[in-house]
Amino acid sequence: MSFDIDKIPNIQGINAIHGKYDEKKVPKKDTRVMRERQFQHNKIMPSLERAIEYSGLKSGMTISFHHHFRNGDNVVNTVMDTIAKMGIKDLVIAASSLNEVHAPMIQHIKNGVVRRIETSGMRGDLAKAVSHGLMDIPVVFRSHGGRAAAIESGELHIDVAFLGAPSCDPFGNANGYNRESDEGKACGSLGYAKLDALYADTTIIVTDTIVSYPNTPFSIPESHVEYIVQVDSIGDPAGIMSGATRYTKNPKELLIAKAAADVIEHSGYFNDDFSMQMGSGGASLATARYLREKMIQKNYKARFALGGITGQIVEMYEEGLVKKILDVQSFDLIAANSLKNNRFHHQIDASYYASYMNAGAAVNQLDFCILSALEVDTNFNINVMTGSDGVIRGAVGGHPDAAAGASLTIVVTPLLRGRIPCVCDRVNTIVTPGYTIDVVVTDQGIAVNPNRPELREKLLAAKLPVMTIEQLRDKAYAIAGKPEPIKYKDRVVGLLMYRDNSIIDVIREVDD
Amino acid sequence: MALSKLRRSMLFVPGNNPGMIKDAHIYGSDSIMFDLEDSVSINEKDAARFLVYNALTQLNFGKKEIVVRINDLNSKYGIDDLEAIVRAQPDVIRLPKTETAQDVIDCEREIERIEKEAGIPVGTTKMMAAIESARGVLEAYNIAVSSKRLVAIALGAEDYVSSLKTSRTADGVELMFARSMIVNAARAAGLMAIDTVYSDINNEEGFRKEATLIKSLGFDGKSVINPRQIPPLHEIFTPTEKELEKAFAIIEAIKEAESRGSGVIALNGKMIDKPVVERAKLMIERYEAAHAVYEEV
Repeated sequence: MSFDIDKIPNIQGINAIHGKYDEKKVPKKDTRVMRERQFQHNKIMPSLERAIEYSGLKSGMTISFHHHFRNGDNVVNTVMDTIAKMGIKDLVIAASSLNEVHAPMIQHIKNGVVRRIETSGMRGDLAKAVSHGLMDIPVVFRSHGGRAAAIESGELHIDVAFLGAPSCDPFGNANGYNRESDEGKACGSLGYAKLDALYADTTIIVTDTIVSYPNTPFSIPESHVEYIVQVDSIGDPAGIMSGATRYTKNPKELLIAKAAADVIEHSGYFNDDFSMQMGSGGASLATARYLREKMIQKNYKARFALGGITGQIVEMYEEGLVKKILDVQSFDLIAANSLKNNRFHHQIDASYYASYMNAGAAVNQLDFCILSALEVDTNFNINVMTGSDGVIRGAVGGHPDAAAGASLTIVVTPLLRGRIPCVCDRVNTIVTPGYTIDVVVTDQGIAVNPNRPELREKLLAAKLPVMTIEQLRDKAYAIAGKPEPIKYKDRVVGLLMYRDNSIIDVIREVDD
Repeated sequence: MALSKLRRSMLFVPGNNPGMIKDAHIYGSDSIMFDLEDSVSINEKDAARFLVYNALTQLNFGKKEIVVRINDLNSKYGIDDLEAIVRAQPDVIRLPKTETAQDVIDCEREIERIEKEAGIPVGTTKMMAAIESARGVLEAYNIAVSSKRLVAIALGAEDYVSSLKTSRTADGVELMFARSMIVNAARAAGLMAIDTVYSDINNEEGFRKEATLIKSLGFDGKSVINPRQIPPLHEIFTPTEKELEKAFAIIEAIKEAESRGSGVIALNGKMIDKPVVERAKLMIERYEAAHAVYEEV
């Protein structure tokens, strides 16, 4: 290698910044057999503390978690307890979502370990405490697509991602199931974790099951993973997911579902090779069943089903009624096993699913989607975040993303829940703006957004019970009366970011 | 509220459940029956009566036929039920545990008195008698002809099988006599006949079997205790396309005969008499009801 680097013509324009090769500077060749190397030289840390230390986590930084373990999650609490013990403070928590099980976060907020939270949703005691003014800085609620966009643009920079995985090999290839065994924990897709692993400065996989290399096909590749920690338990399998999401037996939900399926049939969007997203709520799930009958009758197939995936969608895939599944989050074990075993049940990340920044987001290819609502108002705005007492008890999820992307967005809701009208003058909290909602289906009538007159005509021609949204509201008020406004204080405790990360609404501290 | 031409399904709604009461009309049953009797425990009788009265006077149930099942007049709740409910003006009062014609006559007398007191035209409130005992079954015809207010008689099987000292079986052999008696008595008196409930709500196959059986026996319909039972019941009572074609052909033949001034009507060489015409009309009504998927709102 007798050359002089400086004599290479125009070397300055080539950007060869590492200079000349030097054997002393490159790593020694590892000559152990792979089986040995897996155990002797890998990314597995002896403890969570060591991994945190190596990650360089400092007070003031941002850490992220995913919510694929739902209410069975053990990772967030374990990591936060460890961080608190290590004396790190003032952190920003950027979780894809938080659940009831995360109530211990309250203590970490009070002790100054946590300064600020970003999430899609919040429930239980933590949500109640936030609604009652626990935090100095308002919680930022983002949609799944909005969060992905914020990560991609750098608005949300993740220093360290702590990502739970039901299986991981010694080098970081991680999956939401265990390919070596059907026993043990599974969450299926790791769609929300994938993006964090890609963008975080440091990614730590937290798992209870180390499997042999290579854990392929993988959800998270080893190239995105710095450290691995093996813990006793990543969570409670019963809380992570149910065996099978059952079809509802609630007659009112069935009634709403049947009406929603009739709306789809007559909307002009029900054709061979259509695409769809169904929510996991009772009525939206049951819509799939009625739609299935109509598909068989007409010999229609779905090109793809998107979103949170349940066993019902898998069943339709296995029957040949759905050609492909794009799965950002699996809702039951049937879905998780299908992801493991079915060739065209494909795992996608949050950006691919719904990012506003990403021109190729799958939600933009939806013919129709069925979404639930806690409340809808006469401007068709949707609340899925705060309850009738004004307290946070929900999640933005992919609601605004799917609503904006789908050509036909149907919202299903009972007219009343108990004695609370679900169609009202103004929702407590705007999560999804009304202009993206096309049809509202209740048990006592259907309303079509006035900006879709052609759709209204089609549904009327099919003799569906179409009325105005004001008539629906009046029906609800006639039964239950107009609710008293909720009492709030002035202080803002939560910000609702629309999918472009502009602030669409705020949540105020409740006054009770 | 309006009397129904069809009574394929009568949805039982416990009178003490506001959530179910407010939604009673959305499931497409031909009639709604608010119950003050067996589904309401003794310590909730007053509350249920108050609730049903207010529901009938405040809520809009559309064009549904509204029936209220009161407590037996021999109990201490029956007369209070009538005092309140007749004033709320349901379409039909359902009398439970009817044993004799006198039971109907006694009830009618009270209804008439209350109607007069409340300024409601006498005779507005219709009645339905539920027969729930061995004696009642033997008295079925006398019961059926005891009042002009009666629109139907119904079988209540749970008490009936107890009075027979037996219990319900899957194929319903123990009810064969009672069902035949009731449907026969109803037809002889020109009333409708309504069959008892099927309690195993998750057994759709068993429900379908029973509904098919009672339809062949001649019943007009059945009481249901869960809205999920309504679609299969209506499906069973829906005429086939072939039956419908025949019904339309019969109606056409009558029209044609009338236009020719001919008294004798025949279709494909068979004589058409009044019962055939009536049956054809019923087929068309049932077909139309089954295909009016959503009610006018």
